[in-house]
Amino acid sequence: MRSEAGWGLKLGAAAGLMFLHLPLLLIFLYAFTTEEKSFQFPPPGLTTKWFATAWFDRPDIWGPLYLSIKVAAIATLLALIFGTLAAAALSRAKFYGKDSLSLLFILPIALPGIITGIALRSAFDIMNLPFSTWTIILGHATFCIVVVYNNVLARFRRINSNMVEASMDLGADGFQTFRFVVLPQIASALLAGGMLAFALSFDEVIVTTFTAGQQSTLPIWMLQELIRPRQRPVTNVVAIIVIAVTFIPILCAYYLTREGEHTGGGGR
Amino acid sequence: MRGLSDLFYKRPGALTAMLLGPPLAWIGIVYIGSLLALLLQSFYHLDDFSGIIIHEFTLSTYGQLFESSNLQTIGRTVAMAAIVTITSAIIAFPIAYYAARFARGKTKALFYLAVMMPLWSSYLVKVYAWKLILAKEGIITWAAGGLGLGGVLDALLTLPVIGGSSLSFSYIGTFLVFLYIWLPYMILPLQAALERVPKNYIEASADLGATPRQTFRTVILPLALPGVIAGSIFTFSLTLGDYIIPQIVGNSRPFIGQAVYTLQGTAGDIPLAAAFTVVPMLIMGVYLALAKRAGAFDAL
Repeated sequence: MRSEAGWGLKLGAAAGLMFLHLPLLLIFLYAFTTEEKSFQFPPPGLTTKWFATAWFDRPDIWGPLYLSIKVAAIATLLALIFGTLAAAALSRAKFYGKDSLSLLFILPIALPGIITGIALRSAFDIMNLPFSTWTIILGHATFCIVVVYNNVLARFRRINSNMVEASMDLGADGFQTFRFVVLPQIASALLAGGMLAFALSFDEVIVTTFTAGQQSTLPIWMLQELIRPRQRPVTNVVAIIVIAVTFIPILCAYYLTREGEHTGGGGR
Repeated sequence: MRGLSDLFYKRPGALTAMLLGPPLAWIGIVYIGSLLALLLQSFYHLDDFSGIIIHEFTLSTYGQLFESSNLQTIGRTVAMAAIVTITSAIIAFPIAYYAARFARGKTKALFYLAVMMPLWSSYLVKVYAWKLILAKEGIITWAAGGLGLGGVLDALLTLPVIGGSSLSFSYIGTFLVFLYIWLPYMILPLQAALERVPKNYIEASADLGATPRQTFRTVILPLALPGVIAGSIFTFSLTLGDYIIPQIVGNSRPFIGQAVYTLQGTAGDIPLAAAFTVVPMLIMGVYLALAKRAGAFDAL
């Protein structure tokens, strides 16, 4: 076996990675263009004024930004609780139908988002539930549970069960064992899962369009700008903010879980 | 406290039930309940004259799916999903293969991040990036002009079906955006499958006189197949259900997702919208069953 990659393979891999990364760079470039009516390339001139415009002259950004953060925070909290419970139950127990249950928990990301969205929407209709922040959170938490579940489950599988038994043998009760033996071991997986869930919720648009009614989260604001653009570079400025808000948690999650396990690639 | 924890120790089933209860109730009631509500709606129908939904059991709404325009929508979506899946497998392979077999230490971590970052970065931002790229006055037109390929681009756009007034309003554009956005979902499971190919199989194959090409075709590729299938679950399912990409980049002929969105929104025909969503569910159900048989779930 060759221990060096052939040039064809290297070229293929490099080209593939470039395809994945170059488009995002353009978002940054266009935030500085002086042209606001079209996507002219190369930009006719460069300016930093759009950052100031976004901050001072566009109050319509703040409401959606605030709503997105609020929804993501609450959905993440709910997902942490329910996802961890589900992972704890399914990692230790053996019972009939367990495989079907694990499939059930990944279903919200296995089925297309539009199905989740319209299903929730029709359920709200049937129950005469008016749209509110909580209807958005309900949808987001449902698929955020999966992300936490995947991360924590992977960690539970690596925990040595001898340690739990040793703790019990030494006289700790179940809650002490959880507090002093289990929790410290799963803490970083919880943090990672929570960050990924936050990033996922902050960025979600497909389910949200069905559960938000007239409310605007940041992604919905952006979608409206994409369909009916006003000041195009301002959209780029917001896009950069979104990139920052989602990248930082993802990087942290990666460093928290990098030893030996991958944060589930099919996270969404 | 002690008594409770003793009970849990003696009856582990009780603990499992207590742990599982709340999340199961959430997924069961909120999610499965909603799905069933949706399914129920698909058996109602919309009265054409009054625009009121008639709450009686009927299969006529499913019958509407077989009208030619709706069949075309379904066919168009499935074809797009298939092409996107195949192309992404081809593009993903060198990246996954290099990362699994040759990258070590820092390079490997870098590869992993290089795939994870685009995967997790904002969906809308990525779509928006392609709006910039594909615009008539955008970078592709500029690059094609600079390389003297402007004529090629124009010729491409005059092609029937896949062409359009600009890349931004053509199936070529829709395809590129789908491909770009779902590609990482193909790379990761494929890489996971390739990592699991035992090294001594490859050495054994070489010892037994196979050329690298033969080893690749008869040892590595079959073992990587579950990874491709696992990845294709994502690329296929995500393409089937997306309605934002074809709305922003593409022409006016709808995909399943757009049809669902318009039907439940402006048209107010929830039954038909519900029936439409059963199509991707059915396709994915069959697909998942086949994938499970091929052992693809181990590569997820």
